Amino acid sequence: MRLAKQELQIDGTQQMTTLTTSSTGNSNPNALMRDEMWAFLIMTVLLALVPVSGIYPFFVMQALCFALFACAFNLLIGYGGLLSFGHAMFLGTAGYVTAHALKVWGVSPEIGIVLGVAASAALGVVTGLIAIRRQGIYFSMITLALSQLLYFIYLQVPFTHGEDGIQGVPQGMLFGIFDLSKPITLYYVVLVVFLLGFLLIYRTINSPFGEVLKSIRENEPRAISLGYKADQYKLMAFILSASLVGLAGAVKVFVAQNASLTDVHWTMSGEVVLIALVGGLGTVFGPVIGAFIIIAMQQYLASFGQWVLVIQGVIFVACVLTFRRGVIGEIGHYFRRSL
Amino acid sequence: MQALYAQLLVGLINGSFYALLSLGLAVIFGMLNIINFAHGALYMMGAFVAYFLLQYSGLNYWWALILAPVIVGLFGILLERTMLKWLTGLDHLYGLLLTFGIALIVQGVFQNYFGSSGLPYAIPDLLKGGVNLGFMYLPIYRGWVVVFSLVVCLATWYLIEKTQLGAYLRAATENPTLVRAFGINVPLMITLTYGLGVGLAALAGVLSAPINQVRPLMGADLIIVVFAVVVIGGMGSIMGSIITGFALGVIEGLTKYFYPEASNTVVFVLMVLVLLVKPQGLTGRAA
Repeated sequence: MRLAKQELQIDGTQQMTTLTTSSTGNSNPNALMRDEMWAFLIMTVLLALVPVSGIYPFFVMQALCFALFACAFNLLIGYGGLLSFGHAMFLGTAGYVTAHALKVWGVSPEIGIVLGVAASAALGVVTGLIAIRRQGIYFSMITLALSQLLYFIYLQVPFTHGEDGIQGVPQGMLFGIFDLSKPITLYYVVLVVFLLGFLLIYRTINSPFGEVLKSIRENEPRAISLGYKADQYKLMAFILSASLVGLAGAVKVFVAQNASLTDVHWTMSGEVVLIALVGGLGTVFGPVIGAFIIIAMQQYLASFGQWVLVIQGVIFVACVLTFRRGVIGEIGHYFRRSL
Repeated sequence: MQALYAQLLVGLINGSFYALLSLGLAVIFGMLNIINFAHGALYMMGAFVAYFLLQYSGLNYWWALILAPVIVGLFGILLERTMLKWLTGLDHLYGLLLTFGIALIVQGVFQNYFGSSGLPYAIPDLLKGGVNLGFMYLPIYRGWVVVFSLVVCLATWYLIEKTQLGAYLRAATENPTLVRAFGINVPLMITLTYGLGVGLAALAGVLSAPINQVRPLMGADLIIVVFAVVVIGGMGSIMGSIITGFALGVIEGLTKYFYPEASNTVVFVLMVLVLLVKPQGLTGRAA
């Protein structure tokens, strides 16, 4: 792998060579697996204890939705080398569909979530087929343009209620048993959804599929010459990522009880990039930490109004210039482990 | 028919902004390997500098036309020297992320001081009024924007394609190491290129100030459309950027007349169609 990297830098044809920092290469897979198991257990226990700790559960639920959003985004950038600058379209689409289904059609929560995820997945198929036709920087510009297209559509179609959004969405009874209007119940449902999504992503990146994806990120021409259909792998990753973002968007409806244009706007796409960047691109736990940092920052700085955007910009600049590994990436680098 | 011609003119004006901005993006990408996400914010800065010049030092539009690109260009050079140059050798995507951060900062600061509403900027006396062309009424300022942008675009094309300096530039785009070996100061050229690209964006900003009002977010949505223009046209050729920019502006103008609901989205839809038919863009090399 190292050799391949150097070759590429010389001929300069490949664009994705220096992006990821996760592969430290010298830790043995079993130790790595054990570290990650422990980290996952600690994370789960901490999150499970939130309701008894006195921390405002609404904040944690919101952070968990963004964490899942960022993990799904990170699946593409960290393991596929694809920087999507339009991931808000999946979050917003699932949100609108779920909210509309719950409020207007009066479906039960589980059906609402399924519909939201299905809508995002379908959108992922269509946009994925278009976006993967170009690589590198063009991929980012195309996804951004596509999400802007969606934004203007949602601005005009009646069911989204334009600037107002869909408000006052009923939460209902999940599977007819769990009352989602109770904060505690809702919290554990959100937590379980997040953990399932997280495990699915973890399983994916450690599967043969994930290995091929990483090899495409490192050296696409070589992966193709070895007989892998790079475009199909990228499309699959794109659809999977879109669906999981859809899951985050659908669950977010139950937390926020609304769906609005904010979730489709390009600032939201930028925010998820920032979350993943702060936590560490291409790290398993980075996006989770990043989500908590950024969402906490927004909570505490809410009174500063527009300055929040400026501060986000400063963090972007600072991360890119001095802190490219992100929080988890730096920790992993320090201990010579990849987390 | 009057309305159709009016929309065509609006399309041509938008097209000249697309052309000026995508031209700058292409030149910058060629030398720095960076997609300059801050381009929209710098375009906005150009308009604001024109506004400040008029408001606080009484320098009129004609001064702004020269000074704003220079001032914003110098700001760009500062950005390049202090930040962008550290990205050499890193993945393209970091350039996009860094300039996105810069765009957030610049737009956020202006929004804090000026809110989201527009500040008026008067059309200069010399260009007030209009002429009746028989088939339509042409406001002189609007005609001026189209002609002047076209001249600037062609001058830039001439500079890059036909002069000695342009030859160095093109050579350095192809192989910076080799050009450096011939004793040409490539880092300086990179800095000046960024300044030039940014200056073009600021010039577009000044031109648009009397038409679109001066707003902190005037560049935020525009830059996304320009990205789509760049995807359609490809960044391989200067003339390609100019033609694509104007052509898409005209198509957008026509859409405004025939099917106004789609005027916001037509450029993006065209981008999708081009990607399906000719993925590498109309003029660009595959990348």
